[in-house]
Amino acid sequence: MELYLTKNFKTRGSKTLKVYLKNGGYKASKKALKKMKPEEVTEEIKKSGLRGRGGAGFPTGLKWTFMPKGNEKPKYIGCNCDESEPGTFKDRQIIENEPHQLIEGLIIGSYAMGIKACYIYIRGEYTMQAEILQKAVDEAYKENYLGKNIFDSGFNCDIYVHRGAGAYICGEETGLMESVEGKKGQPRKKPPFPAGYGLWGNPTTINNVETFCHVPHIINNGADWFKKIGTEKSAGNTIFGISGHIKKPGTYELPMGYNLKDLIFKIAGGIRNDNKLKAVIPGGSSTKVLPAGMVDVKMDHDSLMQAGSSLGTGAVIVMDNTSCMVRVGIVLSHFYRHESCGQCTNCREGTSWIHQILLGIENGRGKKEDIDLLLDVAGNMEANTICALSDAAAWPIQGLIKHFRGEFEDHIKSGKCTCPESFEI
Amino acid sequence: MLSENAKKEISKEISKFPEKKAALLPALHIAQKEQGWISKETMEEIASIIEIKPIEVMEVVSFYTMFNMNPVGRYHLQVCTNLSCSLLNSRHMLNHLQDKLGIKTGETTKDNKFTLSTVECLGSCGTAPMMQVNDEFHENLTKQKIDTILESLK
Repeated sequence: MELYLTKNFKTRGSKTLKVYLKNGGYKASKKALKKMKPEEVTEEIKKSGLRGRGGAGFPTGLKWTFMPKGNEKPKYIGCNCDESEPGTFKDRQIIENEPHQLIEGLIIGSYAMGIKACYIYIRGEYTMQAEILQKAVDEAYKENYLGKNIFDSGFNCDIYVHRGAGAYICGEETGLMESVEGKKGQPRKKPPFPAGYGLWGNPTTINNVETFCHVPHIINNGADWFKKIGTEKSAGNTIFGISGHIKKPGTYELPMGYNLKDLIFKIAGGIRNDNKLKAVIPGGSSTKVLPAGMVDVKMDHDSLMQAGSSLGTGAVIVMDNTSCMVRVGIVLSHFYRHESCGQCTNCREGTSWIHQILLGIENGRGKKEDIDLLLDVAGNMEANTICALSDAAAWPIQGLIKHFRGEFEDHIKSGKCTCPESFEI
Repeated sequence: MLSENAKKEISKEISKFPEKKAALLPALHIAQKEQGWISKETMEEIASIIEIKPIEVMEVVSFYTMFNMNPVGRYHLQVCTNLSCSLLNSRHMLNHLQDKLGIKTGETTKDNKFTLSTVECLGSCGTAPMMQVNDEFHENLTKQKIDTILESLK
């Protein structure tokens, strides 16, 4: 397996411009700006089959073509480094280890779409990471890899590091734009889509950090090279994160479509204390849980959808046989209740109801009909709101009940937790 | 009142955007770094610098969890209780901190030294359990490690 995103992470000084250049950095941006037309760059990305790495998996090149041509209005990039989907910690590794990879991806993206300025929206709690990123941006300006007339190509590019302040919803692209504009991060209704009406009403493209980091490699090695990695419909490598009851938690760069069971048992060392596996959340907290019997599955968009879940951010959360699934539901529903922006009734009320009902079950006040009530509430939260937070709050609950209904019923019947060694909440 | 230096930093932020209001989050970060929290007076001061209404500042301060609307202790300890941390017993870490500090979650010690809170996922799932002390992440926590951290915060 060929590594390209994380290949240089262990090199000493990998975050500096000097080492990035030594490892072949900024060759791709030079090539794009001097030898390619903007539309050729977009075409190459489109041909590569690159899909967004922020969770939704939208084709990146296609998204770029939505941006209007010409310069009637300033155009912007919003780079999504909000990274707040529970279980996800991959973009952080890129920033901490090789921030210039992101900067180079942004330069190429800006050239392709004729961008005036890029705002990297980094979650507020990533203080150290924002400092590393700012330092890298400053270095790039100093050497004229950013600013005016980059590589004597006549192209100008500005990047600003913009810190969030603790709100999951700002990872939603229109919430992100509201936040950059200095407002509450409440998502906007779509349409209009960001490519038509984005930052300050101007055409805007939002992509995830990792997505931009694939771009220089595609430009250097060609779309055909990229397409050969991964699966037919999910091309390239990605950075999977794995956490929870696992012997070797961390991030691993692997081709899309890598087998989940192998990731858990071969790459990440298996379950802690050699316990039995009970369940896995495959792609961050919003994706539906898979019971142990279903983990022999490829980690790509189509395969996981077929398995009744989704790839999300590729953030795997592993739970061993001690774990109480009602408590898993409580922790997750608490999160969504806390993070709902409050503007849509189904989400604001639904997230709160789900959490309350689950707390009732946990504390011995559960009723037999609660399980169907949970499914009813969750069903009414799907596809009924401005953004997908509501859906994201409903899915994990539906998944837990689908695969562990018996455990919920036992919990209600006995009036207490039926997993004596479970983690506490 | 914000220091001259803070005001200078805020004007630098304003220059990054086509509209002044976009500098609001950066301005609040600058203010909180200096004062530890965002008072009503600070909100009004920032509103006048950015030329927006005080209510627009209030809306934003109350929306984002990182902005403290009340004073916090010198060290703000925030323990992640989201799933990956919970699975690795962040609850035990929280209980240990409550016992050591003699306060409950959400409270501040009498000497105003420590405030204890819980927090949602901070992206340290691979190094769970974790807590944040002011801006700094402390990962792979154990009770012993917490004791060492508390001792270092004199």
